[in-house]
Amino acid sequence: MRDVAVIGFGMTKFGELWNKSIKDIFVEASLNAIENAGVDHIDSMYVGAMSSGLFVGQEHIAAVMADYLGMAPVPSTHIESACASGGMAFRQAYLDVASGNSEIVLAGGVEKMNDGADVTAALATAADQEYEVYNGITFPGLYAMIANAHMHEFKTTSKQLAAVAVKNHLNGFNNPNAQFRSKITIDTVLNSTMVADPLHLLDCSPVTDGGAAVILCPLNMAKNFTDKFVKVIASTQASDSIALSERKSFTSLNAVSNAAEKAYKQANLKPTDIDLAEVHDCFTISEIVVSEDLGFFNKGKGGLAVEEGRSSIETGEIPINTSGGLKSKGHPVGATGIAQIIEVYEQLTGQAGKRQVKNARVGLAQNMGGSGASCTINILEAI
Amino acid sequence: MISPRYVREIPQRYRLEALKCKCGKINFPPRLVCPSCKSREFETITLSDEGKILTYTIIRVASDIFSRETPYAVAIIETKEGAKLTAMIADSNLEDVKIGKKVRLEFRKIQDEGVSGLHCYGYKAIVT
Repeated sequence: MRDVAVIGFGMTKFGELWNKSIKDIFVEASLNAIENAGVDHIDSMYVGAMSSGLFVGQEHIAAVMADYLGMAPVPSTHIESACASGGMAFRQAYLDVASGNSEIVLAGGVEKMNDGADVTAALATAADQEYEVYNGITFPGLYAMIANAHMHEFKTTSKQLAAVAVKNHLNGFNNPNAQFRSKITIDTVLNSTMVADPLHLLDCSPVTDGGAAVILCPLNMAKNFTDKFVKVIASTQASDSIALSERKSFTSLNAVSNAAEKAYKQANLKPTDIDLAEVHDCFTISEIVVSEDLGFFNKGKGGLAVEEGRSSIETGEIPINTSGGLKSKGHPVGATGIAQIIEVYEQLTGQAGKRQVKNARVGLAQNMGGSGASCTINILEAI
Repeated sequence: MISPRYVREIPQRYRLEALKCKCGKINFPPRLVCPSCKSREFETITLSDEGKILTYTIIRVASDIFSRETPYAVAIIETKEGAKLTAMIADSNLEDVKIGKKVRLEFRKIQDEGVSGLHCYGYKAIVT
């Protein structure tokens, strides 16, 4: 396997993009990435999307996007792993380059969620249809059950959950592409409508339209295109039971710890070597659980850690979700994993503006599907 | 007309049928391969209707088909045999739904297939 670099990125603003179709969104992000990287062609492309079929009634999305990007006949492949579709698309693009099969590859992700679909029902297809969804559970409901178990076992509080949202909104305030650029307080979160106890509306990531794309190439070719490139030093993936009820524990996500263990081994690093992380905060509780399963904080201490500012840009030993995370930046499901890679890339190449983490050398992106039945972790290093 | 997709699940949903693997793991719903030991040899058992709440939530925003029932509780229940399943809580005060509470599983209507479609049945849990 040869070394691989990320050499450029592009994305749309995240939000309610009423005037743009799913094709417009993907193509805009991809053209921005191609221009940013300075490449004149691509050899293949990957499209991360959770469910264009349910959201806009369009399947065969990889061919649609190659066509509208003006790239046919390049090989174009759709990658689906629910909310981890984007991260998994990045990993497949990485493997395509690392294996020597392709040289310049586009990894993109897209979701158009505001075109009239029953979004709660569409997202719920990432859970077990016959035994979870049939019995009335929703996605906020699944993470709410994780939250109640975590609160019961470790005395995690609603205030600690709210602290995740407050921190991520503060970070997103400085991200021009974020959906919600508004600073909020603990009380704003605790006074917002309850969605699934104990998760309030502001504990949940929003419904978002958006697209994101990056360009990868062999590391030894990167400087032909740009002086702003980073090296991919780990790319791993793991799976777990589709139903939350099947897990031995509801307060740990095995796919996350399993993918993390492999990623640290591949990169020859420890959790303390990571300078910043983008993690999958689809709900505030997920950032807490994931920050523990990635080894940043001890099991059960993730809530306390965020409350103590240990994951803030200014005061934290490990700034988490400097982009604003899914919570503030928005969560266009298939685009999320790529947008996480983009934030890490911007941080490691010194382009993160007011969100910049000083001396950032190594960044981790963790993207997961469903209630944690799939997870991919990618670690990037500044060159 | 009852859909084949619905009929396939009747033994589990109506009668709580599960597959006990020779390694001891109870698989509910049934599977072709035991995820614990990879065996494909099972004995069919019927789960008891007694269990306890391992974790829960109260759904206040539901998908369209359940939107008229909010707020309602959903819990992960562990049966006496150690099988774990996700079930809606019925006929109980929401304040009584807590981790560790004992429940009884009962045969109930769960949803309808479409506005004037088939009634769909299964199990719900009642706090005892």
